[in-house]
Amino acid sequence: MPLELFSVGEPIADTAAPTDVPIGERWSERKFRGRLVNPANRRKLTVIVVGTGLAGGSAAATLGEAGYKVKSFWYQDSPRRAHSVAAQGGINAAKNYRNDGDSVHRLFYDTVKGGDFRSRENNVHRLAEVSVNIIDQCVAQGVPFAREYGGLLDNRSFGGTQVSRTFYARGQTGQQLLYGAYQALERQIAAGSVEQHARTEMLDLIVVDGRARGIVARDLVSGEISTHFADAVVIATGGYGNVFYLSTNAKGSNATAIWRAHKRGAYFANPCYTQIHPTCIPVKGDYQSKLTLMSESLRNDGRVWVPKERGDTRDPREIPEDERDYYLERIYPSFGNLVPRDIASRQAKNVCDEGRGVGPGGLGVYLDFAEAIERMGRPAVEAKYGNLFDMYAQITGEDPYQVPMRIYPAVHYTMGGLWVDYDLQSTIPGMFVIGEANFSDHGANRLGASALMQGLADGYFVLPSTISSYLADGPFEKVDESHPAAVEALTGVQEQVQKLLSINGNRTPASFHREVGQLMWDLCGMERTDEGLRKAIDRIQEIRQEFWSNLKVTGDWHSFNQTLEHAGRVADFIELAELMCIDALHRRESCGGHFRAESQTPEGEALRDDENFAYVAAWEWTPEGQPPVLHREALEYEYVHLAQRSYK
Amino acid sequence: MRSSVGNPAAEKRGMNLTLRIWRQQGPTVKGKMVTYKITDISPDMSFLEMLDVLNEQLILQGDDPVAFDHDCREGICGMCGVMINGQAHGPQQTTTCQLHMRSFADGDTIDIEPWRATAFPIIKDLAVDRRAFDRIIQAGGYISVPTGTAPEAHATPVPKADSDAAFDAATCIGCGACVAACPNASSMLFTAAKVTHLGLLPQGQPERNDRVVNMVAQQDREGFGGCTNIGECSASCPKGISMETISRLNHDLLGALRAGARPKS
Repeated sequence: MPLELFSVGEPIADTAAPTDVPIGERWSERKFRGRLVNPANRRKLTVIVVGTGLAGGSAAATLGEAGYKVKSFWYQDSPRRAHSVAAQGGINAAKNYRNDGDSVHRLFYDTVKGGDFRSRENNVHRLAEVSVNIIDQCVAQGVPFAREYGGLLDNRSFGGTQVSRTFYARGQTGQQLLYGAYQALERQIAAGSVEQHARTEMLDLIVVDGRARGIVARDLVSGEISTHFADAVVIATGGYGNVFYLSTNAKGSNATAIWRAHKRGAYFANPCYTQIHPTCIPVKGDYQSKLTLMSESLRNDGRVWVPKERGDTRDPREIPEDERDYYLERIYPSFGNLVPRDIASRQAKNVCDEGRGVGPGGLGVYLDFAEAIERMGRPAVEAKYGNLFDMYAQITGEDPYQVPMRIYPAVHYTMGGLWVDYDLQSTIPGMFVIGEANFSDHGANRLGASALMQGLADGYFVLPSTISSYLADGPFEKVDESHPAAVEALTGVQEQVQKLLSINGNRTPASFHREVGQLMWDLCGMERTDEGLRKAIDRIQEIRQEFWSNLKVTGDWHSFNQTLEHAGRVADFIELAELMCIDALHRRESCGGHFRAESQTPEGEALRDDENFAYVAAWEWTPEGQPPVLHREALEYEYVHLAQRSYK
Repeated sequence: MRSSVGNPAAEKRGMNLTLRIWRQQGPTVKGKMVTYKITDISPDMSFLEMLDVLNEQLILQGDDPVAFDHDCREGICGMCGVMINGQAHGPQQTTTCQLHMRSFADGDTIDIEPWRATAFPIIKDLAVDRRAFDRIIQAGGYISVPTGTAPEAHATPVPKADSDAAFDAATCIGCGACVAACPNASSMLFTAAKVTHLGLLPQGQPERNDRVVNMVAQQDREGFGGCTNIGECSASCPKGISMETISRLNHDLLGALRAGARPKS
């Protein structure tokens, strides 16, 4: 074990879940044992919510409805822009409307298995329980889910499952769910229960006497940096996939809020668990600014293949059936094209590594709808996937109704995130973390249509219940901008911003971002090795040094300055990248999206090492020059039998 | 939505372009068009990637890069949007981020300006403040259903045709192209899309009358212009929100007024 890169601290445990009752009763029991705040007292309690995606938007609205004073922060102009808006495929729920054998227990089981047995049973079971309430809530809000002619809700199936439990709104499910939460939030803003801070970015957490009591934020329009206080802080700022520069995340998606909270004492769990989504539009040029996902739902009807021969450059339509390799159907006959994402991605990489990839640079595989169009007819394909086909045509200039789509894996989601207990509370009392920003539910691989489920479960149902237990001790002693902790945090942020502006070197923030991103893709992406990760760590340290000595940011901080915003985020990405590599290096097993070349089965599948690695790696930040400290949370499986995943 | 495939004949070599871009330091400062030359632009670049290239060059020269709003870059968040040669989002019916340089020819001069509307004050260069849209939603663009109060989802079937039409209206991304394209700078299409979405669903009925009168009153308060059914809004809408939504809004508004609904003051 490379002791020089980290040290090992005390184990950590989730003490919030009532494990003395059976798993199906734990959530009810937790709610019952938790303390409540009576309605008259709620208005004396303030909660800051950072981020307005599915998790943050739904949490802010729900806390506002409950009567708390909420302060909501987001970096875009409107809460409706949060990147949840871009989720395409759908949202899972154990409604069993198809009568196909689904149940809360099956959703729980599928999710734990899909996560390659690296998630917490208690959290996942709760997620499955709450899933059914989410659909009810969203329908009541007017979310226009797809329906059948009888007027009832339609479902489709998704990777890693054999039931149809995914609810969807064409290929824009995230958009419609987000607008439901957004409208609920705007209603609370109008009612005066939520105070809005648009175009405002959190740059530090204020911790007073061991409790999270506020944030330092910069108004991105005026440039003003100021302090905001509350009795609790909720972080809902999404994932950190943009470490890789190219990802399916929005350009503005960033890790700054979670990283700076980490530096204030919040443990960061499983940072190396990254989801590389198998169906994205391949990279075209070095000017590329982002990658676009083609929803996994396409794998319901599209067939993935490459030519059997390497270097076959014929027009795909001219390659006869018997010269095509439908490799997912061949290797995994029972799940076929619907294997989980990590597996589909790795197999795409394998066939491309063999030289059988298609398109520029040989980095692509076909996703072919010819058979579906023949079977269902073009109008039916249009109705189901029309917007995705349009998007593909717009970006590539090719018509997917005529020519097979070309797809390649891209960074899409991060299962890792800030460590939270069953109450979704971080290691800093009073700071809660919800949605993609936490680590809790997806283990080492997230199943399709589960991110929307988790975001809304956390925001509508879980956090509003658990936070009251914490707030029941409040209101806490009043804190204002003159408190030494607030002054220290504010000064620190101002100094950092000043420093970024004063380097006046020769490279833009984007050039550093690209460099660290490419490095991470190459060495901490779909396949990781001991040697590669060590190389990456050395290189990241050099990039970091150069960043702080050769960065160029124009303008000042007293105004709208997008280059400055980007520079601050890149500084944090670089630091986080190093921790991701350390985590990936220390986990000498393969699991889910984390594939260590040294740990695979003879067939090339991920080989877990349950004896040594069935734990959550929760990392504690240490001051400059000292290695991070690893705290292990043992994962115990009472209800799910640990097994090698098989989708064959 | 219109499917728009680029011209496959477009040559794959770099294009040289002249950009004339509106530069304005802040809301109260006078702005002007500034000319930039840019070379070796790939036809496969998105319009925003082309602006990224320009900005990288400006930063390295020590100049102030062009401020423009953007986020998802996949046509769904609604954050981006500029006038390109006088058209909202440019020559194709899509978002600016989904417009690709293959829509232009080598040697073109391209004018790039912000949305122009009293209700959308300029923040800097091409970035405008669209919070007026949020305030229209605040006035009634929701169904009041506090978390936890919802009945079982299948308790109320919704005819597929209504649900599909509601969905079509609900795809509005709030980008503001409709306002920018309208000679009156009216926000009618935006408001009508939400009124239609919620008004078509059984869940939206209890607040239907109040919703429409309050949202319409709010758009007036924000300083948006009146709707004279010109249709530029729908023609520039990246999501193809139809003019029929405006008919529905007018229908609902008259019905609501006749039923005695009045806006909250």
